[in-house]
Amino acid sequence: MLSLHDVSKAYAGPRTRTVLAGIQLDLARGDYVAVMGESGVGKSTLLNLVAGLDRPDAGAIRVEGVDITRLDDDALTTLRRARMGFVFQAFHVLPYLGVAQNVALPLALLGVAAREADRRVAEMLEAVGLADRGASMPRELSGGELQRVAIARALVHRPAIVLADEPTGNLDPDSAAQILTLLRERIKAGDAIGILVTHSHAAAATADRILTLTRTGLREESAG
Amino acid sequence: MTAAHVTPWGAVTGGAFRANAGRLALSVAAIALGVALGYAVQLINQAAVNELSAGLATVAGDADLEIRGPRSGFDERLFFDVASRDDVALASPVVALDAKLAAEKGELAILGIDVFRAGPIQPGLIGESEDGLDTLRPDAIFLSAAAADALGAHRGDRIAVLVGLAPVELRVAGLLSAQTGGRLGVMDIAAVQDTFGRIGRITRIDLRLRPGTDIEAVRASLQAMLPPGVSVEKPEASLRAATSLSRAYRVNLNVLALVALFTGGLLVFSTQALAVVRRRTQLALLRVLGMKRRELARMLVAEGALVGTAGAMLGLVAGYALAAIAVRVFGSDLGAGYFRGVEPRLGVEPLSALLFFLLGVGAAVLGSLAPALEASNAQPGPALKAGDEQHAFARLRAPWPGIALWVLGLAASFLPPVRGLPVFGYLAIACLLVGTIMLMPRVAHALLSVAPRPRSVPAALAIDQLRGAPGQASVSLAAVVASVSLMVSMAIMVASFRQSVDDWLERVLPADLYVRASMSTDTAYLSAADVERLAAVPGVRRIEPLRVQQIRLDADRASVALLAKPVEASDPSRQLPIVGTHIVPKPGDPPPAWVTEPMVDIYGFTPGRRIELPIAGRMAPFFVAGVWRDYARQQGAVMIQRDTFVALTGDADANAVAVWLAADAQLETVSRKVVEAIPGGGNLEVATPGEIRDVSLTVFDRTFAVTYALEAAAVLIGLFGLSSSFGALVLARRREFGVLRHLGMTRQQVGAMLAAEGFAVSAVGLAVGLAIGWLISLILIYVVNRQSFHWGMELHVPWVGLSALGAVLLALATVTALVSGRQAMGKDVVRAVKDDW
Repeated sequence: MLSLHDVSKAYAGPRTRTVLAGIQLDLARGDYVAVMGESGVGKSTLLNLVAGLDRPDAGAIRVEGVDITRLDDDALTTLRRARMGFVFQAFHVLPYLGVAQNVALPLALLGVAAREADRRVAEMLEAVGLADRGASMPRELSGGELQRVAIARALVHRPAIVLADEPTGNLDPDSAAQILTLLRERIKAGDAIGILVTHSHAAAATADRILTLTRTGLREESAG
Repeated sequence: MTAAHVTPWGAVTGGAFRANAGRLALSVAAIALGVALGYAVQLINQAAVNELSAGLATVAGDADLEIRGPRSGFDERLFFDVASRDDVALASPVVALDAKLAAEKGELAILGIDVFRAGPIQPGLIGESEDGLDTLRPDAIFLSAAAADALGAHRGDRIAVLVGLAPVELRVAGLLSAQTGGRLGVMDIAAVQDTFGRIGRITRIDLRLRPGTDIEAVRASLQAMLPPGVSVEKPEASLRAATSLSRAYRVNLNVLALVALFTGGLLVFSTQALAVVRRRTQLALLRVLGMKRRELARMLVAEGALVGTAGAMLGLVAGYALAAIAVRVFGSDLGAGYFRGVEPRLGVEPLSALLFFLLGVGAAVLGSLAPALEASNAQPGPALKAGDEQHAFARLRAPWPGIALWVLGLAASFLPPVRGLPVFGYLAIACLLVGTIMLMPRVAHALLSVAPRPRSVPAALAIDQLRGAPGQASVSLAAVVASVSLMVSMAIMVASFRQSVDDWLERVLPADLYVRASMSTDTAYLSAADVERLAAVPGVRRIEPLRVQQIRLDADRASVALLAKPVEASDPSRQLPIVGTHIVPKPGDPPPAWVTEPMVDIYGFTPGRRIELPIAGRMAPFFVAGVWRDYARQQGAVMIQRDTFVALTGDADANAVAVWLAADAQLETVSRKVVEAIPGGGNLEVATPGEIRDVSLTVFDRTFAVTYALEAAAVLIGLFGLSSSFGALVLARRREFGVLRHLGMTRQQVGAMLAAEGFAVSAVGLAVGLAIGWLISLILIYVVNRQSFHWGMELHVPWVGLSALGAVLLALATVTALVSGRQAMGKDVVRAVKDDW
């Protein structure tokens, strides 16, 4: 479903900096993994490569059998639109759209009919516990509520892959725990592949497996 | 059911329109101003030309060909020779002249026609009267509606025209049947010949040929039988000749107005660019969620198109209103004097409206293109992170497009005109301007790098910020540099022109007094006897009479002025403002002629060349002895010695006389005695050089009033741009200001920082604008003006005025930056560090 084969990435500069080298990863639907590592080791780079937002210098990345490293920008964008969902540390909820409109954004980009979009948005808001906040504006919500909106947006179009980059980085511990539980629930409910990038062992423990990214590659650690 | 309706368009633009309403309104206003100015100028020009064309069409009627001679006329026996040809069905003789009205009521074009012959060809020239014989009566005149309105004359009223200096009364018998906007009077041809001393002479023959005749063949055959100075053309040639004089002026005005639109487009660029910076993470998110590059770029360009559409529609409405006001205040030629006697009627002109609508939208779309491409091509991943804004305009730093435009512009400035228009001159200016704007990131960085770092912390932070983000500073600078350089270039050009005109007036008005019957009409003059009487007035030491006639050298061009006065051939610079060297005639040479600069450019009359001029029905030989500068006659002039003129024509009359007084003579006394000594002296214009100079410069200033207005518009748009971009930048940097406030910087210090930024940006813009403006002024003076109007002028930089203007602009810009950034000093900024965005 998602496989990375011998993927490498370096950044040019005064000295070329190798961020990823020889990365191997195979994930099937329903797999939920956490990726941990030191700051600057390349966790976000790994997410960007999987999302098609950057290109590896070497290796192949296959999503549902398609080698995305051979796709042009339009094809990558189309794939991303239909098959991927994103949850960010900074939430990235559009401040000028209401809660329901923010959640509906992926469906609007996919051209889903308004009635169907309404139904799915309502269903997703119900699932994340914001059924009565659809008409609210983002500035009226707390950090935890905003992250719920982001999770709803990431899953409303039933993506095959959900990428979460430090989703609890801006939250208090109680909110963080709720969000992590919700994230796992929704990923499992959608039978999607989930990749959680985090510094927190507690957050990583909510995943099925913990992978540690080092300068020599990805190494698996056991998880509860 | 939750209302979840959102469209990709709403996701892209919702943030823009709500958060930038004020700045977008400014952009709309800038585009509207540019479109309004351009459309207004176009409407006025088109109305004047249309009216002129309609007037000429009325005069030409259904004529297939016109035989035209000089305003002094040609032998009427030619009419009988032409009319008797087999290929001519109808022939109508005409005497056309411009008459001076008594009591300073101006001028009136008068046509003398044979009503029986003119009726079938030019029915519009037949007057309507209860008494049908009025068309033949010697004292009857029929007026066009415009002439009757202008003179306040009705049927039965009397108007007085000057013949020499004596008033002759004519009875208004009725109005012409044609609805023409020109001031025209029609009389019986014999009455005109008798009244104005044109016995045996006509100025035109209108011809209708027999059906099936080859017009070109007849034209060629007729030309062969015509005397020198008389030509046969299709009626369209009259319009070409009439409009050729004003063509360059009209085109220049159009270009000036388009400059305002260009500056408006730059304002849209500034606003859109900074709005895109502010929305960088939002737009990156949309890319991450799956919006394609092209989709995003299209929507951002569509934002600009919306601004352009709103601005263009407003501009068209405002432009029509502006045109109506301008015509009322300045006249159809906007004060330049090209369409005297034409009363234009403004129309809506759908094609012109569509053109300027598209130009307005186009300017806004072009202004949005670069920001749209920048946003759509940005890497979404890095762009999601705060602080990536510094990379927003990294591509703008590439120098090669600006350098290429500079090279192109410099090369274009050396190219010749295209059909009499300085097309390459305009291109050179556009290339230099756009090239400079493209080089602004590098230039701004270089200038700011050498700027000393101030001791004050807020000012030092300001310089550090500008050094670190030269791309953002350049966006603010684009509109400022454009408007300052255009303003400076026009200020230098107008100052140079004005000073040159002033210097020229001093050289061409050396006498103590000037006595004038008329320089532009055919009927008012001082007779030879009047000239002698003037010379005999006590207190008059010497006189210099001047005679003016019009001769035709090219049927498609306006007539050239033939001037005759006493000129010392060995040193003509005593009487004429000679340009360059002159040639002293040798024994055996043809008589000398001194030509003006347009004669060199248009007709190739270079010093030393032998030429022939059609005078008194024959080609008289001359040689070009020198070139002199003349700002009074754009169509060109030839000066010959008075003795030569009198010998060729037998005409010893004068249009004007320059008078030098005896040492002990009193100016007022001599003036009074001149008027008393000459019959009809009350109809003379008597003026001192100072008075003539003051009137001339007033006319000059009025002519350039429109230029001054367009300059002011450009400066206004530039200030709009600075205000808009500063406000946008402040919003984009709210987090930064929030951090500074957290660190303990007071509101006053933040304000001081913004003021310092505004000052620094404006100073850079001003410095670059001054330098480029000077360069562009050289192109305006030595290329555009020379190729448009064939005038030379000396460069004169109004340092005092420019310095004052610079100081005012700098102060205004600093205050503008401060006011626009007042949000940065508010409490909300402190909370910005906690915001999502």
